[in-house]
Amino acid sequence: MGEVKNLRTRANTLRQDIIRMISEVGSGHPAGALGMADIFAVLYFHILKHNPKKPDWEDRDRLVLSNGHICAVRYSAMARSGYFPVKELKTFRKINSRLQGHPSYLDLPGLESSSGSLGQGLSVAAGMALAGKLDKKHYKIYCVVSDGELDEGSSWEAINAANKWQLDNLIVIVDRNYIQISGNTEEIWPLGSLRKKFESYNWHVVETDGNSIKRLLGAFDRIKHMKGKPIVMIAKTVPGKGVSFMENNHVWHGKPPSREETEKALRELQKK
Amino acid sequence: MNTTDKKATRQGYGDALMDMAHNEKIVVLSADLTESTKTHMFEKKYPKRFFQCGIAEQNMVGMAVGLALSGKIPFVSTFAAFVPSRVLDQVRVSVCYSNANVKFGSTHAGITVGGDGATHQAMEDIAAMRSLPNMTVVVPCDYEETKKAVKQAVIIKGPVYLRLGRSKLPQITGRTTPFHIGKAEIFRKGDDVTIIACGVMVHEALKAAEKLDEEGIEAEVINNHTIKPIDEEKIIKSAKKTGAIVTAEEHQKHGGLGSAVAEVIVKHRPVPMEFVAVNDTFGESGEPDELMEKYKITSKDIVRAAKKVIKRK
Repeated sequence: MGEVKNLRTRANTLRQDIIRMISEVGSGHPAGALGMADIFAVLYFHILKHNPKKPDWEDRDRLVLSNGHICAVRYSAMARSGYFPVKELKTFRKINSRLQGHPSYLDLPGLESSSGSLGQGLSVAAGMALAGKLDKKHYKIYCVVSDGELDEGSSWEAINAANKWQLDNLIVIVDRNYIQISGNTEEIWPLGSLRKKFESYNWHVVETDGNSIKRLLGAFDRIKHMKGKPIVMIAKTVPGKGVSFMENNHVWHGKPPSREETEKALRELQKK
Repeated sequence: MNTTDKKATRQGYGDALMDMAHNEKIVVLSADLTESTKTHMFEKKYPKRFFQCGIAEQNMVGMAVGLALSGKIPFVSTFAAFVPSRVLDQVRVSVCYSNANVKFGSTHAGITVGGDGATHQAMEDIAAMRSLPNMTVVVPCDYEETKKAVKQAVIIKGPVYLRLGRSKLPQITGRTTPFHIGKAEIFRKGDDVTIIACGVMVHEALKAAEKLDEEGIEAEVINNHTIKPIDEEKIIKSAKKTGAIVTAEEHQKHGGLGSAVAEVIVKHRPVPMEFVAVNDTFGESGEPDELMEKYKITSKDIVRAAKKVIKRK
């Protein structure tokens, strides 16, 4: 249980960083970032084989963030694992910063791609997985996508590509929070059963609670033994998780908290 | 000029990939247009490094980025009607913003596609590609030049767009003709007017220069195969000498070679210019030579433009 507790603390730190970063600059996307804090804590501090001091280490696991707008959570996880000084988080979205509003590969070592326009990361990750197979490497490719970006037809091109080349070194994590910028995903562009959709494309499907560290660890454990097909983890998350007034409210997709809201959010998080 | 042995630039692409295949970093992707892009030879001989991506160009470009960021040198092969148009977002965000080492072999560009008609006649691709940071844009004029362009594209670190054609073209260059991406070549010297052309139109420009010569007008012909980065020095030098420029391209008038040359000229040496290009209209079905005639991009149109621009000096 020590590890679960440790990772919970890590996730809480990421959440506080996210609130501070977005509040400091007065823009950004808090809801998705907060919802994914547990998954990023588990990835960066438990799952990924990586070396923050050597971001281009050839045998590292790759993490492709397709829904680039939640990058605050990634920047925080990277800073807290030692890719760059934590104080640099304050430069997020500001002029001359390496921490662009959407991830810029050339600016910040450790990002695996540039992303921002949705529906592209899955293909990039599939290409990396294919390269890993060609080179007979053992690293894994993790790719985080939002449920909203599965509206994009290009996402499904990539999902079929991963099936064609049986990319079992590719693990896609879908942030299933049922929310996109204009409201509920099922009203805007119904996705229906992602399990059935992915299964029909011949993928291994794992469903889990993306805000439970314990369940996430269990899900990643199950994935380890899956072979022959690409793997998708459909992780149900609560957008805005950890900050009561942001949870499940789509207005926080791309809105920064005011000073009072920031203080309230941080007080809530510090009590946990 | 050898006009008996005609070969398409797309054939040069396919042959050069075979010549370069000893470089194991090279991988080839095709979107269900393997024989058309002449990548079927590579597919047959190097099946492990060939990826058939189906009619799914957006994913093909994204996968090429993933391969490139993992150290491979992917050649994305399809029609210019689809790459860049259909995938401009992927090219912009995933390729160019990361300076990913992806090479594009886009065949069947321009109106000389012929019978397929307007949907398949890409004539805005140069404009789209040259507007993107980090992108190199090359339009080879014949088979041999295409082979050299492919070989040099492999060396460049970053995205390269190779604009290739369907039709068989006369051989203008030989194996020893100098070719460097970013350096234009003077194919004929003259003092009265400069004709700057790329691709198919280099041949037309040379024919136009011969006709002009018969009338006592000395035209300088520049093969400006690299649209970006453009060879400013050579263009300015020729503009200073002749004082008049005609550009010739198988592309829309807006945003292509003519625009790129004009950007250089207005800044450094303003001289009168005329643009031989497709005039803001879609093409149609027909034989390549009929289409060039109808859409006014033949040597005759270059001759007319040259006389007009000389009068404006």
